[in-house]
Amino acid sequence: MSGLRRVLVANRGEIALRILRACHEAGIEAVAAHSKADTDARWVRLADAAHHIGGSPAAKSYLNIEAVLEAALASGADAVHPGYGFLAENAEFAAAVRERGLVFVGPPAEVIAQMGDKSEARRTAVAAGVPVVPGSGPVADVAAAAQEAEAIGYPILVKAAAGGGGRGIRPVAGPEELSEVFPTAQAEASAAFGDGTLYLERAIEGARHIEVQVMGDTHGNVVHLFERDCSVQRRRQKLIEEAPAPGLGATVRADLASAAVRLAKHVNYVGAGTVEFLVEPDGSFYFMEMNTRIQVEHPITECVTGVDLVAEQLRVAAGEVLSFAQVDVELTGAAIEVRINAEDPTNDFAPTPGNLGTFTVPGGPGVRVDTGFAAGDTVSPFYDSMLAKVICWGADRTQALARARQALAELEIDGVSSTAGLHVTLLEDEEFRASAVDTRWLERRRLTP
Amino acid sequence: MATIKAAIPGVFYRRPSPTDDPYVREGDTIVPGQTIALIEVMKNFNEVKAEQGGTVAGFLIEDGDEVTIGEDIVELKD
Repeated sequence: MSGLRRVLVANRGEIALRILRACHEAGIEAVAAHSKADTDARWVRLADAAHHIGGSPAAKSYLNIEAVLEAALASGADAVHPGYGFLAENAEFAAAVRERGLVFVGPPAEVIAQMGDKSEARRTAVAAGVPVVPGSGPVADVAAAAQEAEAIGYPILVKAAAGGGGRGIRPVAGPEELSEVFPTAQAEASAAFGDGTLYLERAIEGARHIEVQVMGDTHGNVVHLFERDCSVQRRRQKLIEEAPAPGLGATVRADLASAAVRLAKHVNYVGAGTVEFLVEPDGSFYFMEMNTRIQVEHPITECVTGVDLVAEQLRVAAGEVLSFAQVDVELTGAAIEVRINAEDPTNDFAPTPGNLGTFTVPGGPGVRVDTGFAAGDTVSPFYDSMLAKVICWGADRTQALARARQALAELEIDGVSSTAGLHVTLLEDEEFRASAVDTRWLERRRLTP
Repeated sequence: MATIKAAIPGVFYRRPSPTDDPYVREGDTIVPGQTIALIEVMKNFNEVKAEQGGTVAGFLIEDGDEVTIGEDIVELKD
């Protein structure tokens, strides 16, 4: 199969620009599919062609499968890159892209569906010999849930089978709470994911969230690109990511990587994917879920491995062999990514859409900023609140953190509130610097900018 | 006639979830403080509460449409 000629970018903002850059570097044309609100966006201006696909609310544009497919066909694209979010893990979309004779830059629709159903993903991990958090299959009602919960042991998490990205999860301390939480969680899961199926998992306390980046091609090659630590979270949403995971022992690192590769091989994985684990202080780990897409935090892996993950996605989508083998992947230095969101950290992270006045991004050695915004742009209320990702690489973690602090000092944003100030506090925090953090750490510390 | 205006911009929803009934319908009587709709801002859902009571004469915006700050949402008759 020959390489791709023209790719429709079925996304917006920083990831759209990221994909566009990789396309251009590979000699591929990039077509922007954009909503009304994004008509004048920077990434739309930089594309080779632009197609208006509908109204500003995402449901009327970026989530409208038919509108995106029409834009792909009208533009003469031979492939569609979904980025992350929106339709990236929608198996129906992936299948529809292929039915129209186009290449979907991602794994087969069946693999997306298999991993997208969280209880099916658990079964798959078990079949691949990867440890999972003690838990249940789908539970039909409160009575069944109570029985399962008794066997697993409290505290437990009630999870939506169709959930992901930290959404659709409710902690339950004991039996009396279960009867209260269960119906609400079921209704929420139906509303948010169109599927009310719930399952249970033991709540693992004091665990870190560590994920392994994998890549596969259609020739049966699967490699890992080491891990990322995503333990600084608020409400189970990531704020800071690091690669490699600080203080992780060589044995645990190797075990995590081989478990991730085992799972990816088991499902004949193609493209970029991430296998997420909970890692306990004693080094025991459990599979959580697999993300079948490029992730927000992929740049830190690129920094410590030198591999361009989006370029590789395009390569394997075109049927080519991965440009590197496992022995070629070396871990060099350390990298950190902080997410700058248009949110007010002093007001419970309330979103703050508005007009950017000043927007000056940092630079210097080892500093990379991925953003879809420029000074004077509007931060619209329709999409997620991410303004920029500040990604810093250093020869070691100390240097990466020092560069991140300098980068944040150079960052100038006005017009909207942002989480930049909170990140300054975080980077100065002794516990964070000692990497003694788990996924609930920030909520306990109650740090403010 | 009085109107209820949007205090924030975003995407307007008349029901708590796609499968639920609307919060209020034409002809319903509402009281101050009652939730009448949702506005989604950057994936956060904010309740729109009536500042005053009255009878709903009609909605001035469709479910799922974008709404701007200060835009009229509901028309009330006393």
